[in-house]
Amino acid sequence: MRQFSYERAIDPAQAAARAAEVEGAKFIAGGTNLLDLMKLEIETPVHLIDVNGLGLDEITETDEGGLRIGALVRNTALAADERIRRDYPVLTRALVAGASGQLRNKATTAGNLLQRTRCPYFYDTAQPCNKRAPGSGCAALSKGAFSRQLGIIGTSEACIATHPSDMAVGMRALDAVVETITPTGLTRSVPLEEFHLLPGDTPERENVLMPGEMITAVALPAPVGGVHKYHKVRDRASYAFALVSVALIRQPDGTGSVALGGVAPKPWRSVEADAELPNGAEAVMARLLNGARPTEENAFKITLATRTLAAMLAEE
Amino acid sequence: MQFNQPAGDNLFDNARLIGRPTPRIDGPLKVSGQAPYAYERHDAAEGQLVGYPVVSTIAQGRITGMDTSAAEAAPGVIGVVTTLEVGEMPTPSGMHTAPLFGGAEVWHYHQAIAVVVAESFEQARAAAALVKVDYDVTKGSFDLEAVWQQKKDDNSEPVARVGDFETAYQAAEVTLDQEYRTPSHSHAMMEPHASIAEWQDGKLTVWTSNQMIEWGRQSLATTLEMDADDIRVDSPYIGGGFGAKLFLRADAVMAALAARKLQRAVKVMLPRPMVMNNTTHRASTIQRIRIGAQADGKITAIAHEAISHTLPGGSGEDAVDQTRKFYAGDNRLIVKHLAEMHLPEANAMRAPGEASGLMALEIAMDEMAEKLGMDPVEFRTVNDTQVDPENPDRTFSDRHFVECLRQGAEAFGWVSRNTTPGGMRDGQWLIGHGVAGAYRGGPATTSGARVRLQDTGRIIVETDMTDIGTGSYTILAQTVAETMGVDLDAVEVRLGDSDFPVSAGSGGQWGAASSTAGAYAACIALREQIAERLRVNDPETLSFANGAVNAGEKQVTLASLAADGELVAEDSISFGDFRDEQVVSTFAAHFVELGVHVGTGEIRLRRMLAACDAGRILNPVTARSQVIGGMVMGVGAAMMEEMAIDTGRGYFPAHDLAGYEVPVHMDIPSQEVIFLDTVDPASSPLKAKGVGELGLCGVAAAVANAVYNATGVRVRSYPMTLDKYLDQLPAV
Ligand SMILES: Cc1cc2nc3c(=O)[nH]c(=O)nc-3n(C[C@H](O)[C@H](O)[C@H](O)COP(=O)(O)OP(=O)(O)OC[C@H]3O[C@@H](n4cnc5c(N)ncnc54)[C@H](O)[C@@H]3O)c2cc1C
Ligand code: SF4
Repeated sequence: MRQFSYERAIDPAQAAARAAEVEGAKFIAGGTNLLDLMKLEIETPVHLIDVNGLGLDEITETDEGGLRIGALVRNTALAADERIRRDYPVLTRALVAGASGQLRNKATTAGNLLQRTRCPYFYDTAQPCNKRAPGSGCAALSKGAFSRQLGIIGTSEACIATHPSDMAVGMRALDAVVETITPTGLTRSVPLEEFHLLPGDTPERENVLMPGEMITAVALPAPVGGVHKYHKVRDRASYAFALVSVALIRQPDGTGSVALGGVAPKPWRSVEADAELPNGAEAVMARLLNGARPTEENAFKITLATRTLAAMLAEE
Repeated sequence: MQFNQPAGDNLFDNARLIGRPTPRIDGPLKVSGQAPYAYERHDAAEGQLVGYPVVSTIAQGRITGMDTSAAEAAPGVIGVVTTLEVGEMPTPSGMHTAPLFGGAEVWHYHQAIAVVVAESFEQARAAAALVKVDYDVTKGSFDLEAVWQQKKDDNSEPVARVGDFETAYQAAEVTLDQEYRTPSHSHAMMEPHASIAEWQDGKLTVWTSNQMIEWGRQSLATTLEMDADDIRVDSPYIGGGFGAKLFLRADAVMAALAARKLQRAVKVMLPRPMVMNNTTHRASTIQRIRIGAQADGKITAIAHEAISHTLPGGSGEDAVDQTRKFYAGDNRLIVKHLAEMHLPEANAMRAPGEASGLMALEIAMDEMAEKLGMDPVEFRTVNDTQVDPENPDRTFSDRHFVECLRQGAEAFGWVSRNTTPGGMRDGQWLIGHGVAGAYRGGPATTSGARVRLQDTGRIIVETDMTDIGTGSYTILAQTVAETMGVDLDAVEVRLGDSDFPVSAGSGGQWGAASSTAGAYAACIALREQIAERLRVNDPETLSFANGAVNAGEKQVTLASLAADGELVAEDSISFGDFRDEQVVSTFAAHFVELGVHVGTGEIRLRRMLAACDAGRILNPVTARSQVIGGMVMGVGAAMMEEMAIDTGRGYFPAHDLAGYEVPVHMDIPSQEVIFLDTVDPASSPLKAKGVGELGLCGVAAAVANAVYNATGVRVRSYPMTLDKYLDQLPAV
């Protein structure tokens, strides 16, 4: 870990301004991802701006009848919130499928959206990795590499890593919107769909945030009703990242939305695929995973996603 | 004490404490955080510095240069020791393959090549990242499949050949010929390797985490080219080892070298992401098994051929070993191939050989039973043997494998299972049941102890035996208290210090049987001393009970015997050749019920049961804990544990506990353990054998067989992750 300085932000606008002002600064929320990465020198901020004390830890109702989740609301609190459990159960289910109880007590809404990939080569600083060291190459795409966990769609020649969040997959199915404040004090709202970037030639750029821009909240639209499910498939029963996860919201008439985790650099969903929901899992996945380019080791994720959704649809 | 013939009736047959369920005596210290582990021995040496390892980032080649200037200039850094400056050092022992430190040659990924020492851990870690290394890379071979293809038809140098396998196999009415694959496994014990070293007047003390104190001391002496008498190794508490700490490892060597150079105490821990490539692992295997049988189920021909990888000069994984003894059959062929590769060092891990071998053999037995239309319990029963199949003159000392199968099946409710693969459903879950047999040797080896009777009547026992979480403290206390006729809490057990008599150590499941016999020998020596004091000619006439000794009419308290100073007695047990003239082994049968999700292929265990035959069970509490721990490890091997190999780069890329998954609580439902009421007089004076490795053997295959029974899909490659069978499951 490199040496760094630390300050507590006073309010969101000041936090954003400071983050833009000090070169190499980063926000720290729960620290459950950032500190791990700093110990390995994958992240090397020279200055940390602690955003924990900014009063962004509340869930409030919006004028549109939805909920605004403060950026600092802990995953545990969010999952347990009565309104979330009642009106957005897919989000509770996604949250409790992630990490462990202790981690969720620390992990925040914003930090969760910004957590970095779990590609094993990203974690080994001795290996080439375009995401960690732009231009160094991608170890996961070389001959003989281990790519079972990695992405199958939305990936590029430069990077095939996935975004590991469960929470984001639930939020994507709910059409969540990310709210931010910029260093000049402007606020903006970015649909989650547009928030994470695909790797292309620049896998180190993972989202649309500008330097210094801070997440203040995530807004959920008014409840859409329907049956909410989240099925996370992994090699052990708990405490592992998804091979594939499926968030499903299904209305009584058979329509609804489907978002996938574990397959792409961001939560994966498309309107065209949603439209196929009444036609069954095969039809949805034929659309949703159209153009997938898996490796030999992770091609099973296509079958797995399809079968998982089929099982969810077949359940009472 | 010589153990030269089977034990006759002795005090352990009417035991007061041995065999009684006894909670571990070191438990309170451990759960209250007061048992100091190696890295936490803050008081052991003053002014400890912290060393952080620098490891190689290539699999094979030579170091052409190292630049440590930036590291040396970094805040807090006291010094750096590099592999180039110390030059080549001897390989620590014949059981090591690669040297641990020294010289320019790189044998494997994450080999230790420098240690950066600073005032604090954070400073050392930050500075270690500044060391620059240049390499000359050699291209290695890391693809076991490729070597197997070249070698698999060559059985010209078998380990064993009995009768005429080929002819018998040809003639057999029912045959099986299949290949099975097991991956590399990491020990993944809770506590990583850690050591503190300090030099004083040319003498070295190492506080460490090591299963085998004397091996460790001798290996340090060899590596550092010094006299073993000038070395002390101390390891009273060990946070698991599973074989990873059988041998001296680089943490201790780096700590010793750095402490010598800097003239300060230095501690070094291997950070978790270094453990998997820097230390040892269980090698992956490819195994071919052929079985031929008569229609009545009797095996007439059996062949087991296996390959595993090893660094040049190593011995690989002995996956074929149990097949030499487990089942009957007149015609036999056993072949072991080695694939020399520059992967990290393959070496012993819990039940080396049997764990991987039974993962294959016990699926093969299940497949064969199905071909024969027999119940897999019955098929194994029919092929039980009471003699060494390679040498029928040699008998098993005590073998109750059939009883394990019978009692286990009975308790599990085996008869009421569904016998049609894929034929039982519970909602979206396919339900299956599986059985497998387990075999593991019951070795014992020389083990010493010293007992010291205090004027309080308390008895201190000292031995360099280790407790790696197994319960050694407790069973040694039971043994001494039993033999000396005192209460359990009148005994104090001191372990893991090379100043104490050399013991068997912990490994190969020999620890319990050997070390309790050693403590018993020391107690008998103490009883002889007491007899002398009391001027009694025959110590056997004395009886020890309630903290006193009775000699005829006379009763004397033990405390009064030590009133003028403690009585000290030391002895060791050694095991005579007669023991090897028989086969001393342990046996078990494992039963599993599980569900496989019809949509996703996820496996969820429902219940597990083991029936074990391992001689006298010294302490059912700690023995059960050993067995259920082994069962958990077996579930890991069946369902998730794999150190995948990057065959291009030659290392294990998923080298932390996020990448290498082991079971979590949710994976493990109810576990039941039955111990058969058996004693093995040929094993030790206590008639005991080990259980620590037995608990793991066969478990993975029982899971595999249950998955087959649930789904009708036979998977012959571990771990049985869903990608291997998903597309063969029935429609949702
Ligand atoms: C062992 C382990 C297992 C895990 N398993 C799972 C799992 O199964 N599923 C899953 O979804 N997750 C899992 N996680 C990840 C966990 O969910 C994330 O670490 C956590 O959500 C991150 O939140 P945090 O508040 O701690 O973020 P931090 O570590 O504090 O920050 C993460 C990033 O977000 C930035 N940041 C924080 N707040 C803001 C803000 N307001 N505005 C702009 N940038 C900000 C930081 O600068 C940093 O770059 C696991 C983590 C661990 C350690
Ligand atoms: S897949 Fe992406 S994160 Fe992984 S090694 Fe390649 S570039 Fe790095």
